[in-house]
Amino acid sequence: MAYDSIVLVKQVPDTANVTADAMKEDGTVNRGALPAIFNPEDLHALEAALEVKERFGGTVTAITMGPPKAGEVLRACLFRGADRAILLTDRRAAGSDTLATSYILAQAVKTIGRYDFVFAGRQAIDGDTAQVGPQCAEKLGIPQITYLEEVVSLEGDRVRIRRTIGHGWEGVEARLPILATVIETANESRPPAARRVMRMKHARATVEIEGAVRNGMPDADDAARQAEVKKRAEALQQRGLLIEQWGLDAIGAAPARCGLSGSPTKVHRIQAIVLKKEGHTQVSATEEGVRDMVHELVVDRTLG
Amino acid sequence: MIEPNRKGEVWVFAEQEDGSLNEVALELCGKARELADRLGVEVGAVLPGAGVGHLGEHLIAHGADNVYLVDYEQLGHYQTGPYASVLCQLIERRRPQIVVFGATPLGRDLAPRVASQMRAGLTADCTDLEIADVTDPRTKTEHKNLLLQIRPAFGGNIIATIVNYDWWPQMATVREGVMAMQPADASRGGRILEEEVQLDGALAALKLIKRHVEPRTVNLKGARVIVAGGGGVGTKENFKLLYNLAGAIGGAVGASRAAVDSGLIGKEHQVGQTGTTVRPALYIAVGISGAIQHRAGMEESAKVVAINTDPDAPIFSVAHYGIVGDFRQVIPMMIKAIKERAKE
Repeated sequence: MAYDSIVLVKQVPDTANVTADAMKEDGTVNRGALPAIFNPEDLHALEAALEVKERFGGTVTAITMGPPKAGEVLRACLFRGADRAILLTDRRAAGSDTLATSYILAQAVKTIGRYDFVFAGRQAIDGDTAQVGPQCAEKLGIPQITYLEEVVSLEGDRVRIRRTIGHGWEGVEARLPILATVIETANESRPPAARRVMRMKHARATVEIEGAVRNGMPDADDAARQAEVKKRAEALQQRGLLIEQWGLDAIGAAPARCGLSGSPTKVHRIQAIVLKKEGHTQVSATEEGVRDMVHELVVDRTLG
Repeated sequence: MIEPNRKGEVWVFAEQEDGSLNEVALELCGKARELADRLGVEVGAVLPGAGVGHLGEHLIAHGADNVYLVDYEQLGHYQTGPYASVLCQLIERRRPQIVVFGATPLGRDLAPRVASQMRAGLTADCTDLEIADVTDPRTKTEHKNLLLQIRPAFGGNIIATIVNYDWWPQMATVREGVMAMQPADASRGGRILEEEVQLDGALAALKLIKRHVEPRTVNLKGARVIVAGGGGVGTKENFKLLYNLAGAIGGAVGASRAAVDSGLIGKEHQVGQTGTTVRPALYIAVGISGAIQHRAGMEESAKVVAINTDPDAPIFSVAHYGIVGDFRQVIPMMIKAIKERAKE
C-alpha cells in the first residue's frame, strides 16, 4: 500500500547564527541582514515523508506559504525527492499569526484532497511557537502526533509512532490520516541529489518569473512583460518545471480569516535585546582574587 | 472565541502526570493570583485526570480560589483530543478571561489545539505576563486591562509583547521556571468543584502502546547553586572539575547547548532557551561564551560568576564577577577557598 504525504515547510531568517554582519551599531539585530534558510526541523519533516515514500511507495507534496522568495525552499524539497511543490503566496496573507497561518495551510491541504500524512517541523526558529502544526491538525479535524521520533510501523491505515514526551517517550497507534510534527533527532536529513538538482534547478513559480522579468526588462511596458512571463511559464510547464502557485482564492480561504484581520494576536511592542556591557567585578585569576570573591559571596549570603 | 468577559476568572491548566502536579502549575497559580488581584477576579485551576482530586488542595495553597476537577477514567493518560475537549467545554461554560498553560511538551501540544478550536489567540512560551490598558493603533480604541504576553522571539534577539483585543479568552503558554513559585499557604480557602463533561470515545484517536518515563536525575530548577560548563570545557574529563566544585558548594551541574551537542554531558543538564530555565542564587558559568539563547535561560540568576579565557565573551555582560583565565586553574582555587571558609 502506498501512502501520500504532504509536508509543510517554511523559509526563515537564520536566527540561530547571528553574526556580527547582522548586528546594527546599537547592538540590535538587523533582521533584514539575516540569511534566509530552510527551517531546520522542516528538513526533518521532509525526510520523514521521503522515508515513508521509499519504504512503502506513494508521493510527497511540499507546501510553503510565504513571499515569492520562499520558492527557494520548494526547490530544496524537489532536489531531495519531493514529487510536487506548491507555493502559497498572497499579499492578503501577510501578517498572519499562527491561527490564520494554520487556517490557510489547512485550506491548502484540503484543496490537495487525498493524503495519509501531513508532516511539519515541530517549530520554526523565527517564532519558536510550535503552534501551527497542532492548529493545522485541528482545522483539518485529524489527530496530531507531536514530537515524532520515529515511524515504527505502518500497516494498512494504522501507523505506530514513537514520540518524545520531554523526559521519556511513548509509542502510540493511530488511524490515518494524521498530522505529525517532527523533531530534529528523528532522522538525518538527506542532502540534495545532484541529478535532481541538474534536472530541476530552473523550476520556478510564476511569481518568481515575474520578478525575473521585471528585473531583466526594466524598460519594457506591461504588455511586453506579461507576454514574456507567459512565454517563460509555458516553457517551464512543458518541461514539468513550473512550480504550482496558489493564492487565497484558489484554496477557498475567506480573506477575513487570513492576514491581520484573521489574527487574534497583535504585536503591541518589540524591544530589541541590546548586548550591553554592564559593569562586573573583575576578579584576577589568582588564589587571592578567588579567595576575596568567595569571601564576598559568603558575606552576602549567596554561599553557605 | 468567546466575547470579552471582564468578570471572567484567570485560569491555570493544572498539568499533572501519574497523579503528581507539574511544578509549573503551581508557579502559574502564583502568577495567576497576582493577575487576578489586579483585575479583581478569582483564580481558577482546571484539573483533568483520573483519581487526581487530592491535588486540588495544593493548587489552592498556591493561589487558586476554585479548582475545576474533571475526574474521569478516560483522562488517566494525557491525550490531545479528550483533554482539548475538556478545556473547550469548560471555557464555553465558565468564560474565563485568561487561560495559561505551562510551556511543557504537553502544554505546547494541548494549548494550540484548544486555541484553534476556540478560535482564540495564543502566545507561546511567555517569560512574563502583565495587565495594562492598550490602545489599538489602527482603530484608536482603548482596551482596558488586557493581558500583556511577553516573550522572546527571533531566536531570543528581540522581546515581543503580544496582546489579544477581543478573540478571547486570552491564552498563553508560560516557560517553566520563570515565574517564582510562591510558598504554599495551607490556611488559604478555596473550593474544589467537580465538573461534568461529555467525552466522546472518538476523541481518543490514539492508542497508547508503550510509555517510558525516565526519572529526573538532575534537579536544575531546585538547585541553589549551579556550576555550568560550555564548549570551552573541552573534554568529559575536564567536566569532573565542575562536578568537584558543585560537590564542594552543594550545587548541581548544568551545561550550555554547545557542551551538550558536542557530547560532553547529557541533555538533561542543558540550561537555556531549548533547555531548562533556572534562577539559582549563584550561577557559575565555566567556558560558556554566552550565546543569547543560553543567557535567556540563566540571566535571572541572583549572582553570576563567569570564568572564560576570552575577555570579550558575551557571558561577561550578564556576570557580576568575571574571571578571565583558565578554569583548570581557577576551579581548584575556588574549591580551596570554599573549604577554607568552611573550616572557619
